[in-house]
Formats: sequence, C-alpha cells, structure tokens
Amino acid sequence: MAPVKFETAMARLEAIVGELEKSDLPLDESLKIFEEGIRLSKNCLKILEEAEHKVEVLVQDKNGKKRIHAYSSGEEADEPST
Amino acid sequence: MSQIRAVLFRSSVNRLRFALQEGLQVIVRGRLSVYEPRGEYQIVLDMMEPKGIGALQLAFEQLKERLAAEGLFDQDRKKSIPAFPRMVGVVTSLTGAAIRDILAVLRRRWPTLHIVIAPVQVQGERAGRQIAEALTALNELGSVDVIIVGRGGGSLEDLWSFNEESVVRAIAASHVPVVSAVGHEIDVTLADFAADLRAPTPSAAAEAVVAVFAEVLERLKELTIRMEQVMVRHCFSERQRLDAGIRGLKDVRFRLQEAAQRTDDMVNRLRKMAQHLLMVGREQVHEAQRDLYGLNPILVINRGLATIPQLSKRLEGQMHVVIAQQRHRIRATLAQLNTLSPLAVLGRGYSILQTVPTGQVLRRAKDVAVGQELEAQLASGRLSCMVTRVCDDSPV
Repeated sequence: MAPVKFETAMARLEAIVGELEKSDLPLDESLKIFEEGIRLSKNCLKILEEAEHKVEVLVQDKNGKKRIHAYSSGEEADEPST
Repeated sequence: MSQIRAVLFRSSVNRLRFALQEGLQVIVRGRLSVYEPRGEYQIVLDMMEPKGIGALQLAFEQLKERLAAEGLFDQDRKKSIPAFPRMVGVVTSLTGAAIRDILAVLRRRWPTLHIVIAPVQVQGERAGRQIAEALTALNELGSVDVIIVGRGGGSLEDLWSFNEESVVRAIAASHVPVVSAVGHEIDVTLADFAADLRAPTPSAAAEAVVAVFAEVLERLKELTIRMEQVMVRHCFSERQRLDAGIRGLKDVRFRLQEAAQRTDDMVNRLRKMAQHLLMVGREQVHEAQRDLYGLNPILVINRGLATIPQLSKRLEGQMHVVIAQQRHRIRATLAQLNTLSPLAVLGRGYSILQTVPTGQVLRRAKDVAVGQELEAQLASGRLSCMVTRVCDDSPV
C-alpha cells in the first residue's frame, strides 16, 4: 500500500463516485471517469491484497550500523543495553 | 538577617534536573565546612530541590518555556498523519505493555501492516538518548510513513525521559509524522507537545495511525458497487432514451410510408383521370373531325354545283309549259273580256251618263235634278251636259 498512491487513489475514487452520483454528466464522460474509477478500485484492491504483514525490529550497534530482523514475541533480550 | 554561603560544585550542577535561576527558593542538603581563605562557614550542597514544586516539575516548566519560545511546539509545524501508512515505526520498549497493546491494535485493525520496532529503554539514564537515536534511525530508513513513540503509564519520574530536550528535539526534527503516546491520558510530556499528534495511550496511538482494514476494504467495495450501480442506472436511462428515439423514428417512418402511399394513390387517381379526360377529349376530337368532314363546304358546294344544270334544265322545260299555258289563258280571257267590255256596248251607240263631279253612273232620271251637270261617255269621246228637264214616269 503505497501511502500517497493508495490515499490519493481512494480520494479520487470517492470524488469519482460523488461525481457519478450527481448524475449530471453526459454518458460518455461518465463512462470515462467510470473506467478510471474501476482502474483505481482494482489498483486499491491490489495494493490492499498484496501487502504482507511483517513485524521487524531495528537495532543499531555501537558504530551506528543498523540491523533489521524479524520480531518474535518474547524478544526482550534484544533491547539495547548500552 | 543572617546568611550563609552555599556552594554547588559543577559535577553536582550537572546532576540537577532543573536550571538554577535567580529568586528560586530551594530546599538544600549539604555538609557544613569552613572556607579557610575567608574564615567563613559555608555549606557544600549535595542535594537541591525547588521549594513548593518538585525539581522535575520545575525543569519541565523551564524547558517547556524555552522550547516553546523556539517554536518547537507551534501548530503550523505539525505534519498530517497519513490515512493509509504502509510502514509504521514504533519507538518503545520491547518489554512493556505498550508494545503489546500497539501491536495488538495494529494487527487487529490492519492485518497486512508492515511494522518496524526500534526498541529502546523508556526510563532511566540512557532512555532519552536511545529514544532520540531511534527516531533518527527510523527517519533514516526512508520508508517509514508514521512513527509511534511512547510507553505505558508510570510515575512522573518514570515518564521523565519523554521530557528530555534531546527527545523533544528529535521528535520536532522528524520528517516522518510522529504520534506520541506516553503513559495515561492525564500524563502530559514535552514529547506530546512536539509530536504531530498526541494520543492519550499507546493503544489510542495505534488506532489513530491505522484505519480499520476491513472498513477500508468495505468502503472500497462499496464505492465500486455504487459506481457500477450508477453506471448501470445511467446506461439504462440512456437506453430508454434511445428506445424512445427509435420509436419516434419508427413513427416518422410509418407516417412517411402513409404519406407516400396517399401520394401514390393520388398520383394514380390523377393519372387515371387524366387518361379518361384524354380519351374523352380524343373522342370528341374524332367526333368533331367527323362532323367537320361531313360539313366540308367544298363537298357541299360541289354537290350543289352538280344539281344546278339539272335544275336549270327542269326549270327551262317547266318555263315553256307555263308560258304556253299562260299564253293560251290570256287569249281566252281577252276574248271573254272583249265580249263583256262596255266599250263594245258603246260601240253599238250607247252612252254612259255620270254625275259631275261624283262620277255616279245614272240609271234613273229621277236620280238627278235640273241643273245637274253630267258627263256622257261615248264610244269615242265625251260630252258635258246640263239637265234641263226630268221625265220620270215613262218606263221603256
């Protein structure tokens, strides 16, 4: 879920539905934004479905080097102690 | 008024949580000693507390004032929290209740969320530095969309790290929007002032950061359905308009056909009428021609001319007969006339007496009087006479 993309896509989709429901657009223009809306809707759904649940832990060693590893509950030992 | 000097060594100043300022009333503890160069008593301080409020409270107020003056808490610095973050950073302890609450809420609301935890101590000496470094590190990842920084509830001292200047500055400097969640609702830290959004608790922070996936998905589906429904309705109504148009066209075509048929009928009738008139006219012409032919004056004249000689001949013959007859009759009549003519009587010596001037033929004497003038017609010539006497009684 690209933050800007999904957010703007949803906002645009809302706007399109609002515009379509005002129903003062000629059919061809309605169809145009409808197609855009369907594209957006599919993209949004794809973004939602493709995202993968992940919990990671970011740690920095003494030299400021970052290291990321997967989180597992009960991982209290990884807390920096420096 | 008695007074005594008090001494605070630099190493002790650094341990103070608040800044010394003029007029500050403090409660102190220390050792009494003698300052030899002057021969005076002095107190060497090893503990100092602001009078009335705690040291931490004072430090809080002092730092808050200073950072506020720098504009770190200004509303126009606040960044908006993205509605649909892809990656959420969490700065907190791995051991506390806070991380469990945050993870539980995030997972429940948005099961496919990518979470990066930067584990830190949330109290104690090193906590402030670690929190500030974690914030920087998460910013440096470049892919984090929003950061939750916080811890669970505790005493004012427990929460103190979130009032440290380094932490407040790290929050204010973060390019990634920061949501603070320190302690409980009633706990307010300087981190809260610097954060882009203050959540009352870690759970609330998690709720503020992510939408409910199911609701978003539902909304997306709803929008899609509404969009399709509108289009179906729109297409349907356009279809109806089209049908109405087609019906109208059919009507026009029907009327056109009707009109065409009427026109054809009329043309046919006109043609028949014209043919009829033409035929009648032609017949009349023929008739007239025949009549005219019969009335040809040359023929009539010729016919007439032909009868003339014959008629002349008949006329001529007839004329001879008539002339002879007439001639004969004239002769007979003349002979008869001759016998009846008074002239013939007069020839025999008679005369005719006539009164003058009436010309009345006299048969009796008494018809005249004496003196009457008379005229006598003789066979040859006339005599004028005068009556001298009338003798009436002697019939002859």
